[in-house]
Amino acid sequence: MSALGTVVRSGVGQRRVQTVVIALSTTMAVTATILGGSLLVASDDPFDDAFTRYHGAHLSAQFDGSAVSAAELSASSGAVDGVSATAGPFPMVSVVPTVELPASEEPLGGPNTGPPGTTSPITVVGRGDPDGEVDDLALTEGEWATEPDEIVVAADRPEPLGTTLTFADVPGSPTLTVVGKARSATRTADAWATPSAVEALTTPEADLAYQMLYRFADADTAADVAAGRDAVTSAVGAEAMTGSQSWLAVREDLTRETALFVPFLGAFGLIGLLMSVLIVGNVIASAVGSGARRIGILKALGFTPSQVVRGYVVQALVPAVVGTVLGVVAGNLLAVPILDQTETAYAASGLTVAWWVNVAASAGILVVVAATALAAAWRAGRLRTVDALAVGRTPTAGRGLGASRLAARLPVPRPLSLGLVRPFARPARAVAMVASVAFGATAITFTVGLSSSLSEVLAATANDSADVRIQPMMMPQGPGAESGGGPRETADHGAVAAVIEDQPETAAYYSTARTEVTVSGMTGAVAVEAFTGDASWGGYEMISGRWIEGAGEVVLPTPLLAASGSAVGDTITLNHEGVAIPVRIVGEVFDTTDGGKTVFTDAATFADAGRPVTPFDYHVALTGGADVGAYIDAVTAEVEPLGFAALPGSEEQESSVTATLNALAAMLSLLLVTVAVLGVLNGVLLDIRDRVRELGIHKALGMAPRQTIALVLASVALPGVVGAAIGVLLGYVLHAVVMPAIGDSAGLRLPQVVTDVYGPGLLVLLGVAGVLVAIAGSLPPAGWAARTRTATALRTE
Amino acid sequence: MTVPMITVRAAARQYDEGPPALDDVSLTVVPGEAVAILGPSGSGKSTLLNLIAGLDRPDSGTVTVNGVRVDTLSETASARYRRGTLGMIFQFFNLLDDLTVTENVVLPAQLAGMPRREARRRAGELLETLGIDRHAGAYPGRLSGGERQRVAVARALMNRPPLLLADEPTGALDTASGEDVIGLLAALNADGQTIVVVTHDVRLARSCTTRTIELVDGRVASDVTTGVAAEPIR
Repeated sequence: MSALGTVVRSGVGQRRVQTVVIALSTTMAVTATILGGSLLVASDDPFDDAFTRYHGAHLSAQFDGSAVSAAELSASSGAVDGVSATAGPFPMVSVVPTVELPASEEPLGGPNTGPPGTTSPITVVGRGDPDGEVDDLALTEGEWATEPDEIVVAADRPEPLGTTLTFADVPGSPTLTVVGKARSATRTADAWATPSAVEALTTPEADLAYQMLYRFADADTAADVAAGRDAVTSAVGAEAMTGSQSWLAVREDLTRETALFVPFLGAFGLIGLLMSVLIVGNVIASAVGSGARRIGILKALGFTPSQVVRGYVVQALVPAVVGTVLGVVAGNLLAVPILDQTETAYAASGLTVAWWVNVAASAGILVVVAATALAAAWRAGRLRTVDALAVGRTPTAGRGLGASRLAARLPVPRPLSLGLVRPFARPARAVAMVASVAFGATAITFTVGLSSSLSEVLAATANDSADVRIQPMMMPQGPGAESGGGPRETADHGAVAAVIEDQPETAAYYSTARTEVTVSGMTGAVAVEAFTGDASWGGYEMISGRWIEGAGEVVLPTPLLAASGSAVGDTITLNHEGVAIPVRIVGEVFDTTDGGKTVFTDAATFADAGRPVTPFDYHVALTGGADVGAYIDAVTAEVEPLGFAALPGSEEQESSVTATLNALAAMLSLLLVTVAVLGVLNGVLLDIRDRVRELGIHKALGMAPRQTIALVLASVALPGVVGAAIGVLLGYVLHAVVMPAIGDSAGLRLPQVVTDVYGPGLLVLLGVAGVLVAIAGSLPPAGWAARTRTATALRTE
Repeated sequence: MTVPMITVRAAARQYDEGPPALDDVSLTVVPGEAVAILGPSGSGKSTLLNLIAGLDRPDSGTVTVNGVRVDTLSETASARYRRGTLGMIFQFFNLLDDLTVTENVVLPAQLAGMPRREARRRAGELLETLGIDRHAGAYPGRLSGGERQRVAVARALMNRPPLLLADEPTGALDTASGEDVIGLLAALNADGQTIVVVTHDVRLARSCTTRTIELVDGRVASDVTTGVAAEPIR
């Protein structure tokens, strides 16, 4: 082994605490970087690749066939500025099929498929072939529909080949057989058939609609797409376009789940990276500071300055490399469940951490560690041999004398005042300790805030302010049971309402009906919750506008507003059972149900359109002090014969994304706090080693072990309090930045109740937690100082 | 004519605003000499030693050792000069506590690029000669003061340096250990090793050196050649 190797080996072996601290902080930084990087790649690449390969449509627009003809649409497409390619016009229709599976298949299931055999409304587009200049369809199974009784469904739909779709609402009840499955990069339809088949699916009451697909020369931003859309409407006529969908909205929709993690992991990655820099810099600088004598000896023996610098850099790189390897393993393992979710979102398979993400994260962190160590070790190289040997350690005399004199007058036991002034004697080390505590407190504050915000998201999404919920009992499914049975259609809802109203403890109640509609300009069905009664107290958090006050009004969640390209104050058209119902958007509500694609309205909206909806369940608020259990018992006795059951109101459930985020936050925070504690421990340990002789003198003069511990703990009091205060502030700010970013990633705007989670009491508690980090880091060295024998301490140079 | 091992010409060194630590000091040491630099505390002994070792530079004047102008060397060249020309013994031993005795002794040879096996063999010989081979695998913290200084001597001799510098080599030792080290230095000089010892111990100076230079207030007050070491111990 070379001389340098010998010195590095002994340095790494003897400075175990510093070695562990560097390894852990590097692990943390690499793990978070790999997670964040992988998710960034996973959340962008699959969509963008498919969009480029299949010439996805920047804008898919729906036109009213009564306002513009197919010929006019064809003629106008070439005259629009900025349009680089078009496809269409394709006839399109929104219809509800009855599904019959091939004999070999199990029945379709799932919570939103409705009664067995029926599905939600689907958008069927008539295309002669899957190819085209825009939205080239990728046939994933079977073949293209060429006959009038054939249909191709979207690849993410559950129907297998051979399934028949019967459209009972259409004259003649045509039946089409699924002969293929195809994927549209921009999700322009739920199914495709021949143009003649689609025209045959159009009901006499409804006018034929056309779909046009556009690619624009510039479509990178929402403004670009909006400009293109405006150019199209001005060419065709604004009244003709009944809806449109931007490719950006589709991408956002598809990347929503994984995008949730990115800003969150970015924040933790940043903290981890900063912490690595801080810890490595601190450890090396401390090693130089307390190792002056050692450096002097090495130089006296003939070590060159560059050898000394290299020695200290390698001393940092050895644990950093170990930490990097651990971080790569941890990052890849943790990425598995998250990438699984991504795979589901894209219906892709085999998503793994890209090799270059591993390489870039590892190399990046190691370069940062090396650069930090180099900067810190530079001093070792420049340290004059004669000074190092003569003084024995770096000079400290003269620092903190004023503070020391001041502290001596404090009315506290002398060991405490001796400890309190210690940071003034070694200000650089005190600053490093403040930074360690601050990072730990930042991690704790951010995690608690994130967890609280996610709880608020759950609460806001659950809409469970009601004390009691009354809902239909599940009916047994057997050979004799009717398909789609249960009390829903046949129950005496008037009787249920009467029972609720008769209860003296009932303060307020509303019922909810659930159905599905299509929104003009959007593909696929969206859920509707239609209320009878005032539901404003039901736990719906408004972001802007107001709650619905009557028929013809809706409130929409942010993702649905974005997807439909509308805003509060706009009027949109809901298509329900062949009837177009214009409604005005009066508010933006916070809701993530069905990906934030639920329409909230008054049941009268449908009743007025001649399509009344049936209530499904009832939400009841009780008068103050009412016994929920007794109320449930009383109501159950009366509604049970009607096929209903009463339950406590809360039905909060943690989503898999929330659970994953909380688990990740807890794990990353634990790692950060551990590193923070070790950082403090490292600083205190070095400090005690530096002044072990001074401690020996104190002991010789009669300082008891307990007083020694008090002295050491007091020495971290000031950095602990300052660091905790800074950390809580940083965590607060980080939360204020990251939470809206998480919301943006998910296409959501967050209500104040979600973003404003820190009360004064909580902030104080978090500050105390930061101080506990300092205490936890200083207790082990304090114990060591207390146990050191006086004679040993006095003998130490 | 014998080429001098050390030539110091009109060397001066002053720290901050205080009096000069060295003031116009000139001296020559020839190979094979054992020179004691005597003087009270603050007389400039250690400063002179630091100039010769290349650990410090004079404000004026020159220092030449074994034909090398030490006062003009860069830090890196200075390090190479030390590893090739000097062996140093310190008052407080300056052993690396986290290396074993053998590892401490071998370190200068490793720096000089000596093959590992040869370095180990040489270290073993030195430790045996100095009577501390039984402590080869021990850490310095477990040795007595005298034993630690013997390890330091072994380390200083590892690269067979033409010049051995010792700074108060008995200052931290009890009487018996001190005499032990004195005998060791005398024996080395008897073998032709050039030695410069900085001390304020007159007995040490007379016991193992052939010449005594006394410094007072940074100047040479006397320079006396005795010819041979007064009392070889072994």
